Amino acid sequence: MAIQSSIKANLYKDSVSLMRISQVTVARTGVQRVTLLMGTRSNKEFLQQAGLMGPALEGAKPGDIMIVVADDAGEKRAAAEQEIHSLIVGEEPKGGSAEAAADAPPRSISRGVAIADHADLAMISVPGPYAAAEALKALRRGLNVLLFSDNVPIEQEQAIKRVAARKGLLVMGPDCGTAIINGVPLGFANVVRRGAIGLVGASGTGLQEVMCQIHRHGQGISQAIGTGSHDVSSEVGGITMLQGLDLLAADAQTKVVAIVSKPPAGDVQKRVIERAGAIGKPVVICFLGGEPAASAGNVHRTSSLEETARQAVALAGERQPGGDEQSIEALATRVCASLAPSQRYLRGLYSGGTFCSEAQTIWRAAGLRVRSNAPLAEADRLADVEASQGHTAIDLGSDEFTVGRPHPMIDHGVRIERLLKEADDSTVACIVLDVVLGYGSHPNPAEMLAPAIRRAKAAARGQGRELPVICFVCGTDTDPQAYETQKAMLADAGAELVGSSTGAARAAQAIASRMAADDNATARRVMQGGER
Amino acid sequence: MNAAPSTLQNKTSVISLGASDLDRGVESSGAPLVRLQWQPVGDGSPEVAWSLAQLVGDTTDADCLGSRIDRANAEVLERILTAQPVWVDIAAHASEVWPDMGRTLLHAGPPIAWNDMCGPMKGAVLGAILYENWATSPREAEQLAASGGIRFAPCHEFGAVGPMTGIISPSMPLFVVENKTKGNRAYAPMMESGGAKTLRFGAFAPEVIEGLKLIETVLAPCLKAAVTGIDGGLPLKPLMSQSLHMGDDVHNRNTAATLLLYRAVTESLLKSSISRDLVHETLRTIGADDMFFLSLSMAACKATMDAAHGVPFSSIVTAMARNGVNVGIRVSGLDGQWFVGPADIPVGLFLPGFSEADANPDIGDSAITETAGLGAFAMAAAPAMVQFVGGTPQDALRYSREMAHVTIGRNPGFTLPMLDFIGAPVGIDVRKVVDESMRPVINTATAHKEPGMGIIGAGVVQAPMKCFVDAVGALATTGAR
Repeated sequence: MAIQSSIKANLYKDSVSLMRISQVTVARTGVQRVTLLMGTRSNKEFLQQAGLMGPALEGAKPGDIMIVVADDAGEKRAAAEQEIHSLIVGEEPKGGSAEAAADAPPRSISRGVAIADHADLAMISVPGPYAAAEALKALRRGLNVLLFSDNVPIEQEQAIKRVAARKGLLVMGPDCGTAIINGVPLGFANVVRRGAIGLVGASGTGLQEVMCQIHRHGQGISQAIGTGSHDVSSEVGGITMLQGLDLLAADAQTKVVAIVSKPPAGDVQKRVIERAGAIGKPVVICFLGGEPAASAGNVHRTSSLEETARQAVALAGERQPGGDEQSIEALATRVCASLAPSQRYLRGLYSGGTFCSEAQTIWRAAGLRVRSNAPLAEADRLADVEASQGHTAIDLGSDEFTVGRPHPMIDHGVRIERLLKEADDSTVACIVLDVVLGYGSHPNPAEMLAPAIRRAKAAARGQGRELPVICFVCGTDTDPQAYETQKAMLADAGAELVGSSTGAARAAQAIASRMAADDNATARRVMQGGER
Repeated sequence: MNAAPSTLQNKTSVISLGASDLDRGVESSGAPLVRLQWQPVGDGSPEVAWSLAQLVGDTTDADCLGSRIDRANAEVLERILTAQPVWVDIAAHASEVWPDMGRTLLHAGPPIAWNDMCGPMKGAVLGAILYENWATSPREAEQLAASGGIRFAPCHEFGAVGPMTGIISPSMPLFVVENKTKGNRAYAPMMESGGAKTLRFGAFAPEVIEGLKLIETVLAPCLKAAVTGIDGGLPLKPLMSQSLHMGDDVHNRNTAATLLLYRAVTESLLKSSISRDLVHETLRTIGADDMFFLSLSMAACKATMDAAHGVPFSSIVTAMARNGVNVGIRVSGLDGQWFVGPADIPVGLFLPGFSEADANPDIGDSAITETAGLGAFAMAAAPAMVQFVGGTPQDALRYSREMAHVTIGRNPGFTLPMLDFIGAPVGIDVRKVVDESMRPVINTATAHKEPGMGIIGAGVVQAPMKCFVDAVGALATTGAR
């Protein structure tokens, strides 16, 4: 494909704006591919790897927009480039009246603080290389920080967390996707009722799933504090997680605390468990993917998101939620009846990283070998992220899928492509999809996924197979996307709906185990000459 | 490392920067939300952004670098606001002020070598050499300059300021302005009459040299008599303050200030024993040039800002100056350093027959007025000025409002009637310039790029971001030590 590149100098736009411009340009001009990125070092490396780097882009500065248009037809490329330039200019603020200019929205944190109503929290989602600087400015002015941005240099993360700890302020993040502070949903967040359970978590979708389940069990959330994914590393030392525990210990509304995280580094893990044991409130700890551990004193250890939510709700006192083990077994039995013997492998196509980890944990515990682009053990890393191998769980929200593209919770395009590809594979026993609702996510994910599920199932059927697609919806009845409607649309497309991420992974595992057992039984019968 | 319990007790009020899609939850919750129109700071480099963040003050951490800077800046602001510049004297010759000047020529802007000078500055150097009789022909003068026989130095490093090319040679008379608060003095050459054919625009024809001699022999002695006749000298701050209320910015419009000076000088001269002819000659020179007061305005600002210079850790700009090639700034806490970037061509109106193609990049020490919170920073006082840039009086107000975002205080001595008599913004903080990505605005005249062609327009220009970015880097490095 022929490539044409140019620069729009001295104009910063965030990646969402740039992607919007790309989408509109493709839609209007029919050009094959448009890539718009700021001229940062890492973006240049990305273009280099993608084979999209042009000589015109070598001099691009971080404050310049790099424009790459790919199409075989020269006139299409030219039309697209013109369209891009006019869209970029069209979005610039108009040079209106002097009064308007004087009252222009503030650019800096200092001016934001000056005009805000006692600001006490900065929500920062600027590109990673700039994010810690903004966070430090906010902290110095006495604001807590939610740092949504990723790719923040580790030494900058350490520096801002040290300043924050000294000042008694929180840095949630970097790479913190969700939080609820005093009932205000931040970032990707579901609408849940307020209640007695306080959450601290290093994993965004894990927190979302636990808070949604707590809501569906009739309880609610006092506070949900995200720590970001690096906080529990030994370099950072779990500063935010420990602060979060202290805050929830002191918070009158919080009766029960739950921690959801990947397993922290050894020394950090020890400190977190010690602190949890000393806060005087029941604490449920789920270190997802870690070694199972025994509960002791006020500290209750769990190994799945579902169990974490259930345990927290039970400790909060009102009800004792039951599980759905039986319905999962029934589902597996029903689904397996229609599968061909060749269909043996699981494919999890996740938009939430925690769901991908949880699935791997559950599948491995059942003795399955699972490969992933985000593996629990390095030996299980997928050689090619585009090609599944045996049982595979993919995190479509990880870097290799999201550079220059929207997150799969916002744009389901990449996931749908992958779903159709898996449908073509005669060894696939079932597919698992997560559907995340709440603020920040796609306004109507089922509308995108339902037709794709229909197509995938039809494609498999065309090749003489059934293709079960297991879905779970991470959401609540109060989310803007309407939980029940989303489930109904997915069910109508033939998806098997399961009530939780844990349940979905278990159902898939039950299917895989049954298929392997059937296979063994067949083999035995063949060996014994019993099959005619 | 305990988090303050207040984190969860306050009503949550959010400032959001980055992807606006993430705001929806906050919006729906009804919590207060301010969305920033975020852009990378300064020149867009992440390293500068991180350096800048190290320089932010913190009311709960008095020892952090930013808090030290804030304290130093408060001291600097105090020095600026309490300065009392008074015109006290005329030095008959620059060599009286700096006896070991020798063959030194002072020039506008940051340091520059002969070979790198722009056309007008080279022309002015030749003129000054001829005026000093260090050579007998322009050609000889050029050989002398090129051979290294002249020492060049910025006016600013000598406590002086010069308009346009800003050349000061040993024989030139100078205004002497004293800051009564600190006792420091500042110097500026007198405005030559003669329009384009003046040394400050690089002309060196014989009549230009004659004009300089006339200043030396007539104007300077008369003005010395005039100022000596005013008891205690002429306080400039009240005069400039009054001029702002009469439509001047005391940088590019000095019509009112020149009249007020004329009034003070007239009475004093008539009391003196100077002959009626010389008094007439002097008053004619002052009266013929609406910009005559500019030298005194600049010297007053220089006397003010020099007193504010050299406060360790301060991030306040104490000089912005242009040599026709580069703009340089000096920062109070970074003594002995210039931070330079390429000078822009001013944006504005051109006299008939001239265009941007004829224009020299920004030149002159007169941006000391903006540094001291006047000029474009006080543009709200001088709505007539915005005609140069094709603007409306509203634009004049906007300049003064915007510059408040890059300064640390307001000067109650210089009030702006159109903005409800609020003080003009003063004290340019390099941190704020970079943080807001807002370059200081300078009102200026535009010089022809050929020597001796004079003024070809007027307008506004902005100091390059590079100066401020480099200063932020230096503050971060110096502070880290």
